[in-house]
Amino acid sequence: MKIVYSDVLVIGGGLAGLRLAIAAKRRGHDALILSLVPPKRSHSKAAQGGMQASLGNVAKGRGDNEDVHFEDTVRGSDWGADQDVVRMFVNTAPKAVRELAAWGVPWSRVRSGDREVVINGQKVTITEREEAHGLVSQRDFGGTKKWRTCHVSDCTGHAMLQAIGDQAIAASIPVRERTEALALIHDGGRCHGAVVRDLVTGELCAYVAKATAIATGGAGRLYRNTTNAVICEGIGHAIALETGVAPLGNMEAVQFHPTAIFPAGILVTEGCRGDGGLLLDADGHRFMPDYEPEKKELASRDVVSRRMEQHIASGKGVKSRWGEHLLLDIRLLGERHIRHNLREVWEICHHFLGLDPVTQPIPVRPAQHYTMGGVRTRPTGESPALRGLFAAGEAACWDMHGFNRLGGNSVAETVVAGMIVGEFVADFCDDPANDVDVPTALVREFVEAEQGKLDALLGGQGTERAPELLAAMKALMSENVGIFRDGERLAVAVESLQALLRRSRDLRVHHASPGTNPELVAAYRVQKMLKLALTVAYGALARTESRGAHYRQDHPRRDDANWLKRTLATWRSPDDLLPTLAYEPLDVMRMELPPGWRGYGARDYVDHPDTARRTADVTRIRETMDGADRHAITEALMPWRHLLPPRYRGHNERIDEPLMAADD
Amino acid sequence: MNDSTRVALAPIEIVRKPSAGGDRVADAAAHRRLTINILRYNPRDPASVPRMQSFELDDAEGMTLFIALNEIREHQDPSLQFDFVCRAGICGSCAMVVNGRPTLACRTLTRDVGPVITLAPLPGFELIGDLSVDTGKWMRAMSERLEAWLHVRDPDVDLTRVEARMDPDLAERLNELDRCVECGCCVAACGTAQMRPDFVGAVGLAKIARFHLDPRDARDDDDYYELVGDDSGVFGCMSLLGCHDVCPKHLPLATQIAFIRRRMAAQGFK
Repeated sequence: MKIVYSDVLVIGGGLAGLRLAIAAKRRGHDALILSLVPPKRSHSKAAQGGMQASLGNVAKGRGDNEDVHFEDTVRGSDWGADQDVVRMFVNTAPKAVRELAAWGVPWSRVRSGDREVVINGQKVTITEREEAHGLVSQRDFGGTKKWRTCHVSDCTGHAMLQAIGDQAIAASIPVRERTEALALIHDGGRCHGAVVRDLVTGELCAYVAKATAIATGGAGRLYRNTTNAVICEGIGHAIALETGVAPLGNMEAVQFHPTAIFPAGILVTEGCRGDGGLLLDADGHRFMPDYEPEKKELASRDVVSRRMEQHIASGKGVKSRWGEHLLLDIRLLGERHIRHNLREVWEICHHFLGLDPVTQPIPVRPAQHYTMGGVRTRPTGESPALRGLFAAGEAACWDMHGFNRLGGNSVAETVVAGMIVGEFVADFCDDPANDVDVPTALVREFVEAEQGKLDALLGGQGTERAPELLAAMKALMSENVGIFRDGERLAVAVESLQALLRRSRDLRVHHASPGTNPELVAAYRVQKMLKLALTVAYGALARTESRGAHYRQDHPRRDDANWLKRTLATWRSPDDLLPTLAYEPLDVMRMELPPGWRGYGARDYVDHPDTARRTADVTRIRETMDGADRHAITEALMPWRHLLPPRYRGHNERIDEPLMAADD
Repeated sequence: MNDSTRVALAPIEIVRKPSAGGDRVADAAAHRRLTINILRYNPRDPASVPRMQSFELDDAEGMTLFIALNEIREHQDPSLQFDFVCRAGICGSCAMVVNGRPTLACRTLTRDVGPVITLAPLPGFELIGDLSVDTGKWMRAMSERLEAWLHVRDPDVDLTRVEARMDPDLAERLNELDRCVECGCCVAACGTAQMRPDFVGAVGLAKIARFHLDPRDARDDDDYYELVGDDSGVFGCMSLLGCHDVCPKHLPLATQIAFIRRRMAAQGFK
């Protein structure tokens, strides 16, 4: 049995995993990354439009700061987010942009003087100030009060991944490319590493570490129509679930992005709408202002996606041989803007649709886009149930997105979580109490168990084939656990997924070809994916309210009285056919921003019994402290700064907000 | 051609199976059959010999090689190896030789290359199996060899302070050179790379040009000369410019290589 030892084992080589590894390495701990693909091919790369950070450099971003970013994020989450974590995030995001600027990301920069932009369908002239010339620029995105989205043209994720991937190479961090973690090694209370399959040779090997971090991204491939890369199958979530003890949080919270090209499902960035693009129906009518007079095309993604599907259902969709869709019109932005600032969009339209967005509108329809749920962690990134198991990025639920994530907050989260969780991982490794102390017998037991499962698939007498189960699962998820949900269809989904899970225990792989064996890969993955799909569907069935992206037609109101709580799912026994659900209440009395109306979407919700009391408290504290420093006010409302690693606690300088001497 | 493809090819074996189109909508315009010839070889299987294998399936409107190859694997041969990740032309995983030309398979529409399509793995890289090659290993080695990362001037930059300024036009030009997806097409199309395994390729030289342009990088021409001032670097380029012709991102490789060569020649004469 081969065992590889390291201080930190990072599963996943995207932005979160790379940044976390760099943080640990800088603190003197050897980090090793496992990645399904070369790191620079990770799905982080697909982030186009940008990353939110309240720098406030552009004219339309003036007055922006952490407080505004915080409120936008909490409203976007429909109050599902952990407000401590949101505070930690918004304070670190500007530092992340500035660090990346120092590491070589060619952020688009402010050009002083007049420029013409499109706002609400009208050409408007904006004057950028001289003091901002050459600083990082921001564009508009959905669900935000200020222009806050820092970007590199429309290939932001690519540029960030280049820079961080390069710095990981500079730090000599080894990446085991084309490897897949099949199981976490643990004793029920402490995680010791993972059993890993080499996707070139097909061999199994054990990786043992003081700390193990899951940074495997999302699980979009549970759905048929998704913007996610083909590697986003949720295997990182699944191996945590299969420990039987580590909970997943809010897996029913699934985001659908309004503008995936139709029918291929490839994303075109929210930056299209942020920069002034409009949504049109079959009559060429701009319909979003009819539904959302305040934010129009730039309401949060859950709201825009629902309005689009609602509009299609009302008979206004454009009919095509593949089904119905709507149109994203960016023609009014002009050729220069499209060819420079929306270049990836132009390329995608050119290659996959054969159209030129300079002259033609783009066929779009919402598709699965983001997994808000994930491996439940504390604000440090550590699992509450398995010591030494950490998670960061989309794979984690620490939980900054609640039930809906704002555009530009995910690529920001990857790097910020890598920075913050990386420090806590390093703290964990500093402590001699956390030295590797695992019997090789336990490691052997886990490796043999995984080998046994693979042998059973290869040598068994089963009759089922993976592609059929996979296709059936995706169809069920897309049709019954999508944008509009109801109890009846969710129950059908749960029952049918259980039948598929039973069938998946009877899978057989017909080709025993040496090496990776793609047929074997599909078989062991579908077994894991079905458990994860059930966790999503069952959580959605149980949650009899609507919140953010989780919309129940039979329970259309947000119900804070009964559902202001986080779903925790565990998979107790391998033989189970359902996860075990538990709930973790959110503490209204601690919230800086008590629940209310989001400013867009439905105004109709049931209050939590504590909301009125807490709102009065907050109002009183704000009145008492009127005129005080804004940082002091937030600390009085909800102390959070102590939760950050010391190096990220500092205030952020802006042109309009110089650092005080006391800040240094 | 790499070693695996140089072996004498076994006769073409035709697999004729009806293509189960899944839930694909029946397509009036696409009553044409595609024939996809694929170079098959599994170097980990002692019984495997390199051979061409043909598959047939129905074409459909908007069908890409991503869709076609997955359909073949799902319905005809589950052992077929290939690499796709983003399937949107942005990650660089799926480069292969399509009808003799290195390109990204995911954004290649069958209507543009059919009805007979011949696919081979990218030459110049270690073969993993069938159409899958190890570009990642090659790129990492090249990056280490060229120190292809920004050599940060101030590693202790104060993150609470407003970021350093950069000219907006320079940022755009840097982004232009930063758009490489490391797909390997330029290496596959390069005469020198096929003869010299240590040649850093257009991808490596373009990275040097990118850092050379970036005022945030602490290196100067002397440092770059140490990295690419020889035949495994910029002087190995024979200016055949296959790289420039096939780059899926249309990077200005010809001008960048010429620029670096001029700078390095000047440096060499100093």
